[in-house]
Amino acid sequence: MAGNHALAEGAIQAGCDAYFGYPITPQNEIPEYMAARMPEEGRVFVQSESELAAISMVMGAAVTGKRAMTTSSSPGISLMQEGISYLCGCELPAVIANVVRGGPGLGNIAAAQSDYFQAVKGGGHGDYHLFVLAPASVQEMFDFAFWAFDLAFKYRNPVMILTDGLIGQMMEPLTIREPSWPRATPVSFDARDWALTGAAGRPPRSFKSLFLGDGVLEAHNAKLQAKYARAAATEVRYETVATEDAQLLLVAYGIMARVCRETVDRLRARGIKAGLLRPLTLWPFPTAWLAAHAAQFAHILVVELSCGQMVEDVQLAVQARTPVSFYGRAGGGIVTCQELTAVAIERLGIKETS
Amino acid sequence: MKYQPPHALQPVSTHYCAGCGHGVAHRLICEVIDELGIRERVLAVAPVGCAVLAYDYWNFDVTEAAHGRAPAVATGMKRCNPDKLVFTYQGDGDLAAIGAGEIVNAANRGELISVFFINNANYGMTGGQMAPTTLLGQKTTTSPAGRVARREGWPMKVVEMLTQLDGVAFAARCALHTPKHIRDAKRAIHTAFVTQMQEAGFAIVELLAACPVGWGVTPIQAIELVEQQMIPVYPLGVFKQASSPVSLPS
Ligand SMILES: Cc1ncc(C[n+]2csc(CCOP(=O)(O)OP(=O)(O)O)c2C)c(N)n1
Ligand code: SF4
Repeated sequence: MAGNHALAEGAIQAGCDAYFGYPITPQNEIPEYMAARMPEEGRVFVQSESELAAISMVMGAAVTGKRAMTTSSSPGISLMQEGISYLCGCELPAVIANVVRGGPGLGNIAAAQSDYFQAVKGGGHGDYHLFVLAPASVQEMFDFAFWAFDLAFKYRNPVMILTDGLIGQMMEPLTIREPSWPRATPVSFDARDWALTGAAGRPPRSFKSLFLGDGVLEAHNAKLQAKYARAAATEVRYETVATEDAQLLLVAYGIMARVCRETVDRLRARGIKAGLLRPLTLWPFPTAWLAAHAAQFAHILVVELSCGQMVEDVQLAVQARTPVSFYGRAGGGIVTCQELTAVAIERLGIKETS
Repeated sequence: MKYQPPHALQPVSTHYCAGCGHGVAHRLICEVIDELGIRERVLAVAPVGCAVLAYDYWNFDVTEAAHGRAPAVATGMKRCNPDKLVFTYQGDGDLAAIGAGEIVNAANRGELISVFFINNANYGMTGGQMAPTTLLGQKTTTSPAGRVARREGWPMKVVEMLTQLDGVAFAARCALHTPKHIRDAKRAIHTAFVTQMQEAGFAIVELLAACPVGWGVTPIQAIELVEQQMIPVYPLGVFKQASSPVSLPS
């Protein structure tokens, strides 16, 4: 199955009640799949008039306690920033996938990782965070849909699955079953005690992000920050490969983590002790792991399909304990193992006499 | 006869200026909700505009929406909850300017929602700027010499536009400045809800409303302006009624 279809089917199996979306390459397979499958399941599919509308439709479904989802690619995700800020302000659950393409502007439709800042730092206005999950395979596209709905409802906050056109289009075998990891617990999808269900036998409820009274918005923001701190303490997920004895640490997520994993093998075959840190959550970021382990490495090399974005979070975590450098390409080119092996050797300052 | 506020309206005072149309519109909507006995099934969407705090005044479930996006939020609510009665309440900046895309497409999809559209010919909340509905010659803070068609375009006739769309089952324009007009407006609001209950299609009621503060006039002068200046540009009446005949409350 292709990555985009796996994500769509994963969302359906995870109980997605409603999907809203607007066409954009390279993620059209998702709304097309949903248009066929959601009605089969007796669930809601609407092709919206824009991404501004899609994310607002998600909000409309979310206020009534439904599991709602939208997907898009970079330019469309830029339009969704308005709604994302409102979802965070109103504390509403939602799942958003960004099948990232090249930018800025219309860019191109090749795979890219250049929306990291937008996803992780808050592309919309106000002090908020999204959970940002980075799948690296077709199976993870499926599995992470469950995890995303878990987190969205556990914290009543939107969750972004940040992937790219390559993983979206890539074909790999898929096992369809409820995943056990990574997940978030405990989580309840029973929304009756908070959702808008009609004010029958109870006082009316409302969702709002407007707080005009003296100090009320400050208190609201403090509450949000406490929630983010709780999440950061419990929900960080990452994978490490051969880091125990490594001199060189590669840090990469998504599609580039796959290239880096193979590069680790190639480097080790040449006697260079390399390892990999692959964040599964880009927010919250594995800052604590980096801070604790940074000193053990001679060099940390961050690899992205961008001009260097996640590298800033690595630098923040490492706090100059170890030299951190960046390698990447932005605009359609994929970093290959061969290329990366040469870069790693050069950054370690090893003179090879072959 | 003793004044009985509708149960669907919270017993609180509002922040609206003297002579403002919003309070009357709220009351009419709430009276109709009581009369139809649907309060516990209503889900509403408040706008960004002077009525942003409507959730503090209405005694049923309400959500906020980003500026202009109320019809999209209502679409998500209604599609997921077909047994509920969903309405949006929007000003003319919210609906006709920044939310033009959302209202046209919700109407065109024939979303089973009711829309109450307050046309007060300016942006009240932000201090009386020009709206798409501002009259020609009308002075606002952003058309200080008066709106000129060649420069700022013409007053936008929303109900006439939406009437063209096949998804629209009921479209009417009413006013709120005299008791007779208020009675007509209440009938239209009633029909807009019944249209939704009959699943006949999208329903919109435009309500011409006074904004004395935004217009810089007294409440009495504002009433005269609705009659003398707005109604000639925005004719009143039912523009479309595709739902089966309804019995109106007497
Ligand atoms: C995206 C965005 N742009 C601008 C604003 C500022 N704003 C708040 S209310 C408003 C206009 C409201 O006018 P209208 O819809 O006519 O409602 P009224 O206040 O007259 O009832 C504007 C422009 C905003 N809140 N959000
Ligand atoms: S500014 Fe106008 S619309 Fe707003 S409350 Fe005052 S009179 Fe009403």
